[in-house]
Amino acid sequence: MADKMELKEVEVWDGNLASAHSLRQAQVDVVAAYPITPSTPIVENYAGFLANGYVDGEYVMVESEHAAMSGCIGASAAGGRVATATSSQGYALMVETLYQASGMRLPIVLHVVNRALAAPLNVNGDHSDMYLGRDSGWIQLDSFRPQEAYDLGLMAFKIGEDHDIRLPVMVHQDGFLSSHTAQNIRPLQDDVAYNFVGEYKPYNAMLNFEKPATYGVQTEENWHFEHKARQHFDLMTKVMPKIKSVFAEFENLTGRKYKIVEDYYMEDADIAVIAMGTTVETAKLSARIARKSGLKIGVIGIRVLRPFPFDEVAEILKNVKAIGTLDRSSPNGTVGMLYNEIAGAMLGIGKAPIMRNYIYGLGGRDITVEMLKNIYNELNEDAIAGKRLGAVQKFINVRGPELTFLGK
Amino acid sequence: MAEEKKIKNLKSFSTSADRFEGANLLCPGCAHSIIVREVLNATNDDLVISASTGCLEVCTAVYPYTSWDASWIHIGFENSATAVTGAEAMYKALKRKGRLFQPERTPKFVAFGGDGASYDIGFQWISGAFERGHDFMYVTLDNEVYANTGGQSSGSTPIGASTTTAPAGRVSYGEKRHKKDMMAIMAAHGAPYVAQVAPNKWKDMVKKIQTGFNTKGPVYINAMSACTTEWKFPASDTIAVSDIAVDSLVFPLYEIINGTELNITYRPKNIIPVRDYLGVQGRFKHLFQPENAHLIDAWQKRVDAHWAYLQKREEARV
Repeated sequence: MADKMELKEVEVWDGNLASAHSLRQAQVDVVAAYPITPSTPIVENYAGFLANGYVDGEYVMVESEHAAMSGCIGASAAGGRVATATSSQGYALMVETLYQASGMRLPIVLHVVNRALAAPLNVNGDHSDMYLGRDSGWIQLDSFRPQEAYDLGLMAFKIGEDHDIRLPVMVHQDGFLSSHTAQNIRPLQDDVAYNFVGEYKPYNAMLNFEKPATYGVQTEENWHFEHKARQHFDLMTKVMPKIKSVFAEFENLTGRKYKIVEDYYMEDADIAVIAMGTTVETAKLSARIARKSGLKIGVIGIRVLRPFPFDEVAEILKNVKAIGTLDRSSPNGTVGMLYNEIAGAMLGIGKAPIMRNYIYGLGGRDITVEMLKNIYNELNEDAIAGKRLGAVQKFINVRGPELTFLGK
Repeated sequence: MAEEKKIKNLKSFSTSADRFEGANLLCPGCAHSIIVREVLNATNDDLVISASTGCLEVCTAVYPYTSWDASWIHIGFENSATAVTGAEAMYKALKRKGRLFQPERTPKFVAFGGDGASYDIGFQWISGAFERGHDFMYVTLDNEVYANTGGQSSGSTPIGASTTTAPAGRVSYGEKRHKKDMMAIMAAHGAPYVAQVAPNKWKDMVKKIQTGFNTKGPVYINAMSACTTEWKFPASDTIAVSDIAVDSLVFPLYEIINGTELNITYRPKNIIPVRDYLGVQGRFKHLFQPENAHLIDAWQKRVDAHWAYLQKREEARV
């Protein structure tokens, strides 16, 4: 039996330590892991908990991220609670197994500390890895600061492990900006956290020898499509209601309110920006300042990236005149992911607001309040003019002549 | 203590409980199914089995059917060792936490992979699993070729074999590289038990599998799997070809305990020339053309040298 840890009402944790505590409190049965910057401290902290008797599950230090997720898949299919953490290149190495985990409907929790993808090699935070996994069939939750990495870390188990869902869940946070930034965290006490997450309830466990299960079968054109269709059906119809109910339960317990789409200053907004990760926090601050000079700017943070909240986002944006989508990943030949999704959501309700796509912060490049204010002003001018006055896509804070694409 | 099956003869073997069904899509004459049955039949304990992508996997778990009356998982080509050791880790965790479904049982964890999955693409995953010391058995179904995808060379393909990626032709005698010595590599991991087996020598094989199951820690089994399709011999001759492979010492039967104690477990009374082994397989047909005669001589010398090496190691205990 693992020892309990006395926690103060307010702890000073960075995002990695917050994530590690969420794994400890959920009493994960197997963690199979491989270290990679900037998520390494999650597994280091977890190893420390193990070494001091605060965890009594198995900790399997494997030889690569591909093996980490492979081990997680075997462990999860065997019938217990499983989690791990990774970033960037490690995440990219895992991609094959990410699809296998979700296809086998195994509710593994993966903490992804977002980081750029090489080449050129870069250890800092952007959203390239998060975007890489967005078709992998996982639920993707996005935190904007360390407290949320902890909260969502607990909620992830409750969402994914539900027998109506049975899907793996990623909890994202920004490399360094969240993972290595110490902030005040309000943790739950161990018993409260564990009771919230709940006992793991096995489903078709390989270790139930009275009912042997076959995992990872072959299907060709005769059955493959039905399997994928059912997974998509569950993602499109069952997951959002489940997330909402877990968010509500968490709010009852802690008073901390989470929404599928987080919105700030949107009630009377004429213009809005959409962001993810720590940038949501910067955009909020920048919007507060900009509002003092009369700009009716609102901010939207995407809390649930997969399944994508089309209805929720369109509802919030339906009266907005100009929208800026902020993508922290190189789209390499097209518009950013958020631009695509938001445009689709708006078109779906018959709206065609002015839309721009800002590519920013690649490889950990800073985005400042001032830069965001410039974006807000640009969008505001569009809104006043009733048309887009510049190109669709613009790169922010990059050296050389201005980089704009798709129109002038 | 693990429960061993007591099988006295082939008749009792053929009628023993079967957790691997004959209803599968493997080629007639495929040695894989014989090997798998011999492994599974060596114990009455519960089994958690993993398989790498390959012939065994695609032929035995085609939705909505399964040939396995035992817990079974396939993830990908390279990671069957990690899949089953993940399950083994979960077994240990749940045992410690008192949450096993049937706590009195003593399950065995077995991974199967072809030689492509073992010698090539999955090598790192096997090495990692052995380093970690999981209590499991890894069985390579060694047919010396990527058979599932139609006969491409693998790290186990021997020199002179004609494969689709190293075909014999007007100016080529086929595969130029030597077969990798996986037995030595796995023994060098310090694995407590490493053995080479052949399904035709079933008593030797069952004994080794049972030794493996009774060994704590990672066990490596290299199982010769004569492939009627890619070695190109009649489907009815699988056991006859296997006999020649063992009696010509191309596939010597031996075990290595704790990385050092090597025991030869079968010494043929009449050693058959390697030429006869090569001669019964279409993949070596071109070696019998006059310009390739030196390759057959080299084959014989290599097999002789390896046999001498094994005997020296057996004697030296190092």
